[in-house]
Formats: sequence, C-alpha cells, structure tokens
Amino acid sequence: MTDITAPPVREPLLQRINWVDIGPFVALVILAVAGVLINPDFLSATNITNVVTRSAFIAIIAVGATFVISSGGLDLSVGSMTAFVTGIMIMFMNSLVPSMGANAIIAGMALVLCVGALAGLFNGLIVTVGKIEPFIVTLGTMGIFRALITFMSDGGNIPLDRSLREPFRPVYYGNFIGFPIPILVSIVVALIGAFILYKTKFGRRCAAVGANEDVARFSGISVGRVRTLAFVIQGICVAIAAICYVPRLGAATPTTGQLWELQVITAVVIGGTALRGGKGRIWGTVAGAVILEMIANLMVLSNFISEYLVAAVQGVIIIIAMLVQRFSKQP
Amino acid sequence: MSAAELMVEPAPETGAASPLMRLSGLSKAYGSVTVLSDVNLDICAGEIHAIIGENGAGKSTLMRLISGHVRPTAGTIQLGGNEVSFSKPTEAEHAGIALVHQEILLADGLTVTENLFLGREQTRNGVVDDRAMERIAAERLRELGCTASPRDLVGRLPIAQRQLVQIARALLEDHRLVIFDEPTAVLTTTEVDTLLRIVRSLRDRGVAVLYISHRLNEVEALADRITVLRDGKMIGTYEASALAQEDMARLMVGRELSMLYPPKRGTSTQPPILEIEHLSVPGYVADASLVARTGEVLGLGGMIGAGRTELFEGLLGLRPAKVAQVRVDGKAVRIRSVADGVEAGIGYLTEDRKGKGLLLRERLAPNLVLTALSRIYRKPYIERKLETGELDRAVGEYDIRVRSKRLEAGQLSGGNQQKLLLAKIMMLDPKVVIIDEPTRGIDIGNKSQIYSFIDALIRAGKACIVISSELQELVGLCDRILVMRAGSIVAEFSGEEITEEAVVLAATSGKAKAVAGGELQ
Repeated sequence: MTDITAPPVREPLLQRINWVDIGPFVALVILAVAGVLINPDFLSATNITNVVTRSAFIAIIAVGATFVISSGGLDLSVGSMTAFVTGIMIMFMNSLVPSMGANAIIAGMALVLCVGALAGLFNGLIVTVGKIEPFIVTLGTMGIFRALITFMSDGGNIPLDRSLREPFRPVYYGNFIGFPIPILVSIVVALIGAFILYKTKFGRRCAAVGANEDVARFSGISVGRVRTLAFVIQGICVAIAAICYVPRLGAATPTTGQLWELQVITAVVIGGTALRGGKGRIWGTVAGAVILEMIANLMVLSNFISEYLVAAVQGVIIIIAMLVQRFSKQP
Repeated sequence: MSAAELMVEPAPETGAASPLMRLSGLSKAYGSVTVLSDVNLDICAGEIHAIIGENGAGKSTLMRLISGHVRPTAGTIQLGGNEVSFSKPTEAEHAGIALVHQEILLADGLTVTENLFLGREQTRNGVVDDRAMERIAAERLRELGCTASPRDLVGRLPIAQRQLVQIARALLEDHRLVIFDEPTAVLTTTEVDTLLRIVRSLRDRGVAVLYISHRLNEVEALADRITVLRDGKMIGTYEASALAQEDMARLMVGRELSMLYPPKRGTSTQPPILEIEHLSVPGYVADASLVARTGEVLGLGGMIGAGRTELFEGLLGLRPAKVAQVRVDGKAVRIRSVADGVEAGIGYLTEDRKGKGLLLRERLAPNLVLTALSRIYRKPYIERKLETGELDRAVGEYDIRVRSKRLEAGQLSGGNQQKLLLAKIMMLDPKVVIIDEPTRGIDIGNKSQIYSFIDALIRAGKACIVISSELQELVGLCDRILVMRAGSIVAEFSGEEITEEAVVLAATSGKAKAVAGGELQ
C-alpha cells in the first residue's frame, strides 16, 4: 500500500526545514546580531523604531506586489505611481481647504484610494485584455506616471497646504499604544493581505494562476479577472503608502518614490515569494522590507563600508535570496 | 472474430543485393522497461520500406536508434557492410542518414532560407552568402511544391508549409537513407500527393527510404516492403503487394482482450444528455456533431492530431470555436468557459495532467478543490477543515494511495495523480464526464481501477465520454465509438461492430465510411 515515487514522510529535521520559508526571518536575526556587534546603539528602541517606520512604505507596497508576483505578474510602475497619486491627493486636498478645512484630509484619503485602485486597474486591464507582458506594460506606465507628476509639479514640487500640515502630521509621526502609526498601518495591511492570500478563494486562485495558468484555465478560473484584481490590490497598497508618506515630506516631487519598484521587488523576492509566481509569502515580504532598511541603517551606523554602497549590498542580498530559492529542496 | 493468423508469409530474406542497412537483434530498454526487442531488418537502396504499428509499438524508438538519437542496449547496425555506432545525430547525418521529424523543429523567428541552412550556412570570403542560399532554397521549395518564399518567416507559415520546409531541410544534402516519421500528419491532400511523388523520386535515384505512417492508404500506395511492429516486437516484414489494408490493421492490433475491463453496459436507449451540433474549431475540427447518453461510455477514437481533444477544448471555450447549439439534458446552454461548462454539468478531464490538470507543487487538498472552490465554500473565506475532509473522502473513494496527505501533487505516481484528477472533476457532480486519455502513462493496476470508476459513474446515472489513442482501451471499455479523422467524425460503431480492426481502419484509411458498419466481419 505504498506509493513508489513518494519520498518517506519522516525526513531528518534539517531537511524538513524549508529555508525559503524561514530564510528572511533568520536573516533578520543575523542582521540584528551583527548590528549590535557593530554599534551597541543599533538595538536601541529609538533606532529600531526608526528603521521599521522607514521600511513601512516599502512594506505596504510590497504586500500588494506579493499579490501581483504570486499571480504571475510584475509591476514596475509602483514607484512612479506613488508619486502620481501623492500629487493628485495633495492637489485635491489643497483645493478643498477653503471649503472643508482639515476635513479635506479625509476626502483626499478617500480619493487617493480610488485613484490608486484605478491606476492598478489600468495596469491590470492592459495586461489581461491587451495580452501584453506585465513587464512591458508597467515599464510603459512607469514612464507615464513619472511624466505626469513632473508635468503636474511643473518640474518643481507640489507642497501640501500649510494649514493641513499640522492635522496630517500624526499619520507619520504619531503613536498609538506606543507604536508609530506607519508601523501599525503596515501590520494591518499585511494582516489583511495574509488573510486574502491564504484564507480566501481569491487568494487560492491567485496562487493557482501564478503557478500554472493552464491548470487554472482548465479548472474554470477566470485568469484575466484574477490577474487584474491583483493589480488593483497593488494600486490600493500604493495609495495607502502614499497617505502615510505625505506628512513626512509635505510635498510631491518628480523624484518621489524613485527606484522604489526595485526595493519593492527585492523585498518580495528575499521574502521567499517565487518571482515566477505561484507562491506568495506576505510575512516574508514584510521581513524583506525591514531587512533592506536595516542594511541601509547598519551601513550608516558602521564605519567600514561607505553608505554609498547601500544599493550594492542590497543587490548582493537579492542575488543571494535567489540562489537560496534555486538550491533549496525541489520536489 | 478473433485476430486470426494472417495468410501472408513474411518475405524471404533479400539475398542477392546486399542491403544498405542491416539491423541485427536491435533492442532498446530504459531501465527494466524494454521498448524495442530483437529487431532484424534489412533496408535496401532504392526501396521504400514502410514501418507500421500502433502508438507505443516502438516505431519512433527504432527511428531514433537508426538516426543516432539514442543508442541500442543490444544488437548491431550495419551500414554498407560495416558495423556503425552513432553517438549523436550528426554522426548519422555524416554517414548519409537523414531524419524528417514528426514534430516541426524549426526556428519560428528565422526565414525559410535561414532555417534550411541553419548550422551549415554557406559563406563567401568569410561572409554569409545569403544570395546563393536563397537561390538554392527557392529551387528546393519549388521541387517540393512549397509556395513559401525563401524570405518568409517560418513562424508566419501555415503548418503544412512548415512541414515542407522541414522536409526540404532534410533533403538539402544528398543522403543514402532518408527516414520520414509521419510526414503527412499535417498535410492536405495535394501536399500529400506532392510528397509521395518526392518520396518515389528519391527511391528512383537509389536512395533507401524508411517511411513511418499511420495512414494505411499511403503505405499501400507507396511501400515496396512493410515491417509491422507491435508492443516493441517485430511481427514481420512483408512484400507490400501481399498485404491489403485490412491485413495491415489486423497485424498491427493482433492482441487479445484481457479481463481488464468491466462488463459492457450495452447501447443506451436513454434520452441524450449532451448534444453538440455543428461544432467547428478553426484548424482542428470541421463541423462535428455528437450525442452522448446516460448509461453508456461513448468512446472517441482516432489518431493523434485528428481533432478529438480540440473538439472538447473548443466546446469549453479553451480555444476559439463556433457551435450552432449545445444542449445539456435537453436544455440549450451557452458555454464560453470551463466555469460555464461546470455550471451546465460538464466536467472535462485533460489529457495533460501534469501541464493542465494539477498544480504539481501544490498540496493535494488545494488541488482537489480548485475547480469546486465556490461549491465547497459558501462563505468568502477558506476553512481548511472542509477541504481536508473532502480529501479524506476522495482518498477513500478513489483509492488514492498516499503516505501523507501533506504531499505535493507532483510527488504522487502517475496513477494516483490521475485518480486525484478524476476526484477533482467529480467534486463538481457533473452530468457528463469527458475523460481525455484516461490511462496514459499509468500502470495496469491503476488502469483497471480507473475503468471500474468509469463503470461506476455510468451506473450512478452519469454519461461518460472517453477520448483515447489506445485502441484496446476504446474497444474494451466503450459501448459506442465515434472515430475522428482529420477534424471530422467519420464513423460510428456500437455493440458487435466494435473491433480494433474496424476502428483502426476508420481512423487511418480513406475508405472509412465504406467500412463503417462492420463490413470487416
């Protein structure tokens, strides 16, 4: 009564550990230990809070990217999209200040969520209806969004109305039960993302589409709808990140969110999500975002590597993460 | 009537003229599985030697041995009196052996000329001489009756033209032995005629031709001698003039039915459950209509490429298709996707279980419920308990043998994967179950179980359509059989009319319609 091709169920403990799953968390611990050795201040509450808060934007966007990537897509436009929706939001809020006062913030938030969702829908529909590679589509929209924010700001910046700065400030600088708001927001986003990806029918279908589009089609799944929705989720996540980001900078500029797409994809991949799709890891993604910020922070705190090399080290990390995925156990 | 011994004696060894190629005791085994054993064959210059046999009879293996793609485990190949041993295809090619592949192996993004000369480009002063190559290409294409221009991109050509380009490539240099592996599978009648002319002219120039085909009428028209393979063994070599198409079919099949199959249910008289009227899939199926009834297994036979799979993929919106009407249980339905099909009560089990059926790197339970997600979960979220419960039930009901329910689908054996796939389709509680190649690549024990599951679902009041390239399976399992050839349904057999010979003949021969109805007896 045995299945010949099935491997024995009891494997040695070391082999049973899936390094792709726990890798990002192990890396996080190693980095923290290294951090303390380099500079005892590293683990101070202020520094850690600072690192995690700064990683929140990438983490929030990367949760959306986890959906896109695990459904077999890729979105290069997230950085420019952040700048674009930020610009729209600020202009909208500013225009409402005379009539609504501080309530303009609420209206602006609601609007930016819609704009983000629409921008994602735009990407998704071109990919699925136009049947064009996501890489190419979002390469195009990356340029479009970037040009739009440059145009809207006339090459300069779009500042938030002075009267709104004070009431909006807590969204980035505020605390709730001791935690900075951006951290709480990213945790909530990740919780919702994990629920959708792991506990809903949509999440199942998302992974199935990414794992094998043919199987999904033959199983009666509407592949186009699933992939489009993944892009919409990505757009909403970008909008949420924009909401948290505005009080920090107080303006949208043509360089807002520049190269974020690379950090986002890096966070997703070192988090253990397969770039070819089919396997999304929300919490790994969040860990990945924190790792990236932690490396940057460590390099600033330490004296033996120039912080100009931050991007190089992050590049090395993504290659190592891919190698781990490549050589980890394959069924 | 049993597979009677034929009145045809194997041809005597050709003694006088020494053969161009002599195969002695040629065998090939993969591990413990023997796919070809003890083939002894002489191929003479200036003859067309046809090799016939069912799918899996070992024809392709034989070709691959001769053309240096694989090496024999036993036996020798002599070429012009000397023993040869090719370790790669190019060595065979240098020895004067060309193989025209069954699959089209051309680079789509290159032009016809570039493909013809790929790897053997002509140069002048160290620079690729496009003009000279195009001139030669144009000449060769004209000889073959190929209307493509040398500068056309291969990817833009229709499939038949591509096949001709492939043949032109094989014939670009002079060879002593040319092997054609099912060259006409994708060609139309005129193109086939041209090809037959080319093959004959090769023979008349003294080239030895090995010709593999399912199409018995072509073999009859073309071959000087015929060698029959069955189940990896050589049945014999015969003078073509001594074999009629019926004899060929009988020699190819010639097996006894075992006790593998459940007793037949007889032709059903119940009202139709699935009616398809005038379904066409461009390029694959032309105007097919069929009716399936509860209480019977309806078989769909025919050669690979006859359009059987495409018919049902077209029905379910998996490829572009036009259909006049589809009725399920008497009600007209419109099906544009698999989901619509599920809604209407049609379950389709793909022939490609690894590529289109299962998520190999996903666990068993998510695979099992993938199509049925909305049926199991009324609420928007997933409860693992429900699906592990479903898995337990399916594992019991379909005897899926797993050591752990936490395995990934790719870790199961083929037979267990097939059972899991069947369970996945049955979760939808379909009225009609369409099973494409129900037992491809699985062992005999699992085969017999799958047949009994099919029998059980018929007895549970469902209808079942089985598409199969295994004749024995079709004949042993089905109560009624439709045969497709070149995109059309060409014959129908039921009850006593169902024999392997009748089905083979209908699937391969131009005379299909004439013999339908059991004239073979």
